[in-house]
Amino acid sequence: MESLNLPAVLTPDLGLLFWMLLAFLVVFFVLAKFGFPAIVGMVEERKQYIDESLQKAHEANEKLASITTQSEQMLTEARERSAQIVKEAAATRDNIVATAQDKAREEGARIIAEAKQQIEAEKQAALQEIRGEVAQLSISVAEKILRKQLSDDAAQMQYVNQLLDEVSVGK
Amino acid sequence: MKRIKSIFLLLFAAIIAMPIFAQEAPAVAEAEQKEEAAINIPEIVLEHLADSYEWHICGEGEHAVSIPLPIIIRSSETGQWHFCTEETLPEGFFFNEEAHGKIYEKHADGTSERALDLSLTKSAVQIWIVVFVMLAVFLSCSRWYKKRDEKSEAPRGFVGMMEMLTMAIHDGVIRACVGEKHYKKFAPYLLTVFFFILTTNILGLLPIFPGGANVTGNINITFFLAVCTMLLVNIFGNKEYWKEIFWPEVPLFLKAYPAPLIPVIEVVGIFTKPFALMVRLFANMMAGHAIILSFTCVIFLGWTMGTGMGIGLNAFSALMLLFMNLVEVLVAFVQAYVFTLLSAVFIGLAHPEHHAE
Repeated sequence: MESLNLPAVLTPDLGLLFWMLLAFLVVFFVLAKFGFPAIVGMVEERKQYIDESLQKAHEANEKLASITTQSEQMLTEARERSAQIVKEAAATRDNIVATAQDKAREEGARIIAEAKQQIEAEKQAALQEIRGEVAQLSISVAEKILRKQLSDDAAQMQYVNQLLDEVSVGK
Repeated sequence: MKRIKSIFLLLFAAIIAMPIFAQEAPAVAEAEQKEEAAINIPEIVLEHLADSYEWHICGEGEHAVSIPLPIIIRSSETGQWHFCTEETLPEGFFFNEEAHGKIYEKHADGTSERALDLSLTKSAVQIWIVVFVMLAVFLSCSRWYKKRDEKSEAPRGFVGMMEMLTMAIHDGVIRACVGEKHYKKFAPYLLTVFFFILTTNILGLLPIFPGGANVTGNINITFFLAVCTMLLVNIFGNKEYWKEIFWPEVPLFLKAYPAPLIPVIEVVGIFTKPFALMVRLFANMMAGHAIILSFTCVIFLGWTMGTGMGIGLNAFSALMLLFMNLVEVLVAFVQAYVFTLLSAVFIGLAHPEHHAE
């Protein structure tokens, strides 16, 4: 060897190089296949998963916010609607009551009118009857009177004349 | 805070006391120095930095405890492969002390030659330990992931730490430097390089068996890694990259006549970039190990200079050792990071989308 005066650590050594090559290749291939990809791959996957999760959480948050506003809106709407329904119901009730009152009034008026009519009719009928009766009675009274007065011919004649006078005077 | 102050006070007192004790006991020190051979720090450091055929654990000389490692050599004369340990080196081979104790083969004509040596040396075994650690760590992590999908929980504890580290390099370095379009192809290589260097550096800081070998502070290893990066850069470089090397958008006299100055510089640059990678990692790790070893040696050196010097230097080196080890933990990460970052940048530069104005 020419490099005898060099320190040992600076002396080339074929055996050491050979073992270094072998050992390095072994560790390189094993770790490149089974060691580092497992760690790096997992970290990258985890990173992606975390990113996705964040994205999803963000979306969910937004959805939740929109749902909250939506529900609030629905609540307001429902409240409004119930107020409206109550109002409408009150109006309907008032309406029904008013109608019923009107109807009752009308019915009452009609019943009263009918009753009045009936009373009138009955009154008329009674009057008619009474009148007939009176007429009948007066006729029969008159007949009886006439029969008694006109029991002789002279009196009959006198009466006819009198009647004729009355008619002619009346003309 | 109080504790740190008291440590500093102690250290200060020791330093003050040093010359006094040293003056008191020069005779003893001299006697001791004569008795024991003087500690040769550079030699010890270089020896510990170097590769070896055994895994030294403790003790010295006759009492050394070490793990013998398999030696695999091929005789160039007979073409025969030999499997043995340091103890049972076959006939015809010897450890050449002049060449860092490497195995040489004696020829019949008296000359000797470096044998073809594929021994599992300390560094090689350390590399395989690193490979084993990395496989165990990442395969157990990937098994954790296999049982779950992206919708289940994220990992905690150790798997979570590995995920964090992997993704920091993957997203912060590779994706950012190579570019969104091509980074997937290079990510496994760059991640392997990063974790290989990191694991090697950190295991190298352990003082005993499963670690402690100076692997990334060995030029062969950084050379290999730099060559890998260079090959990746130049094999996968696109047309734009080669155009910028050989026909860049500069005035004609700079790229054609009288001399193709810029192309020459760029071609040299193809090699200087990985060379810088190689030297940076090597020098940083080697220097770190050397400093730690030197401070360790200072402990022993101190005792040969007398009790006062011993206590003073010991306190000093212990503090510095603690400091350097912590710095080295940082450097272990920084160097792995820098190597990966620069490799990613070079790969990214080889994929220019359009010429930057």
